[in-house]
Amino acid sequence: MSTLKVNKPRQKTSLASRFSLSTFAWFLGLLFFFPVFWTLLISFRQEVDAGTFPPKWIAPFTLENYEKVFKVGAKSFLLNSAIASIGSTIVILALAFPAAYALSIKPIKKSKDVLSFFLSTKFLPPIAALLPIYLILKELQLLDNIFALTVFYVAMNLPLAVWLLRSFLKEIPRELVEAAELDGASTIKILYRVLVPISMPGIAATSLICFIFTWNEFLLAINVTGFGAATAPVYLVGFVTAEGLFFAQLSAVSIVVSLPVIIAGWAAQDKLVSGLSLGAVK
Amino acid sequence: MTTIADRKIANRRRRLPLYPALIFTIILTQIPFLVTLGISLFHWNIMYPDDTRFAWFENFQTVAADEAMRAAIKNSVVLTTGVVFFSTLLGLLLALLLDRKFRGRALLRVLVWKHIIFNPMYGIVNGFATQIYQKFGGDSVVVIDFISQRPLVAIAVPMIWQWTPFMMLIILAGLQSQPPDILEAAAVDGASSRQIFRSMTLPHLRQYIQLSIVLGTIYIIQSMDFVFTITQGGPGSDSTIIPYQIYLTLFRKYEFGEAAAAGVIVIILTIILSSFAFRLIRNLLETEK
Repeated sequence: MSTLKVNKPRQKTSLASRFSLSTFAWFLGLLFFFPVFWTLLISFRQEVDAGTFPPKWIAPFTLENYEKVFKVGAKSFLLNSAIASIGSTIVILALAFPAAYALSIKPIKKSKDVLSFFLSTKFLPPIAALLPIYLILKELQLLDNIFALTVFYVAMNLPLAVWLLRSFLKEIPRELVEAAELDGASTIKILYRVLVPISMPGIAATSLICFIFTWNEFLLAINVTGFGAATAPVYLVGFVTAEGLFFAQLSAVSIVVSLPVIIAGWAAQDKLVSGLSLGAVK
Repeated sequence: MTTIADRKIANRRRRLPLYPALIFTIILTQIPFLVTLGISLFHWNIMYPDDTRFAWFENFQTVAADEAMRAAIKNSVVLTTGVVFFSTLLGLLLALLLDRKFRGRALLRVLVWKHIIFNPMYGIVNGFATQIYQKFGGDSVVVIDFISQRPLVAIAVPMIWQWTPFMMLIILAGLQSQPPDILEAAAVDGASSRQIFRSMTLPHLRQYIQLSIVLGTIYIIQSMDFVFTITQGGPGSDSTIIPYQIYLTLFRKYEFGEAAAAGVIVIILTIILSSFAFRLIRNLLETEK
């Protein structure tokens, strides 16, 4: 009996204070959620009801904003984003998984220095690299090319992927690899026959995080793409500045552009902290 | 019997899987920075190609004397400090609240953090912020036109909104990594919940709070998205920040040399900041072992 009580030290605080703290938590939480909720609400309204002051709580429901999103050609921007995000994620996995292997199960010499190097590249400000990237792409006539953008997205998230995958691979017992080596398996075989299948959860989490970061990337996208290769965030900003007054329409576009990321975020929720903190927090 | 030569071959074979990623990263991340460093020593405006020449540190002098760049540095410091401070404070508060048991906690947690991945800058917040500000400014119903009168506040508010959940997530992870048996032992020994918080939880949280501050600073000082869409640095240069000013120097003034020099300054600042981040991340990784 007594152990049960000991397990809940916080029951000491009075019921009233617990209740008020919970209410406060809900208040703060809803405050943070409100902009998202409001945007969702507005996106189902007609333009006339969206921009009123004071704002209306109840207005006729319509789906026309979402229909318009696809009519005005958001499709090609979403497609560009999909190519850049999925494409770069696949390349990242192909490069990062072997690297993480070399740095984890039977780590090579100086693996800590290599890891530190990868981490340090994440700290360099992208704005300082913008000019050279722009010049190189211009020289190669690759401006406004979605595949060129994809290559730079690989470079952006590769260090993070190495760190994340390494933290998963570290948990695998080295005996497993040693046994495969004794059987005469090559490195490639060990990687793709032995390690990939058992580290699928880690691979999934890593790819979702890379996907989210790439999908949201803006600085590079807006400066090295034109109309042809523009990604969804670039398209969205165009909307804000040129048609900022069409709130209902803008809200619908925001929701559509955010949807893939929300879904990916849902699937990766356990590992998101790890990704955001560059692997420092699990 | 393994000879030294054998072991060398084995070592080389073990390093092999690392090379593609390492070489790729070196080429794509280091070369641009070297190029930036090089360009920063040249006088180079794309509109006057004939006037391109080696200029030593002239660009750095120009940048240091530039009023707009000075304003940008000041704004960057103010904005970053403010946003980091308030979002860490709010994040800590939310983390502590959400670490307690109450009805609907799981749902609330999801509601709070989900929006950080919500295409944070462009999508929802921006639309929402622009909408609110235009409403408050345009129709003269409310007196303050935030965007022109308090541009930094107008940018800071949505940024705090965006970054608080990030801080919360890291601090929450710290809270949950506290060994529960020690807390229980303290409670059994008669420590009040306030005592437990002060002398056990807070010290344990310290490195997580530090991490969220340092990482937040590095991310926030680099992000120019809200400035780009909400104020465009205006009015005048009241809300311009370093990355946005570099962007303007590049694509409005076409002063490539000056932009590169400003870039080099940013790199140096970030290296100082990230050396802190570095130590923190390594410490956390060590303690986890």
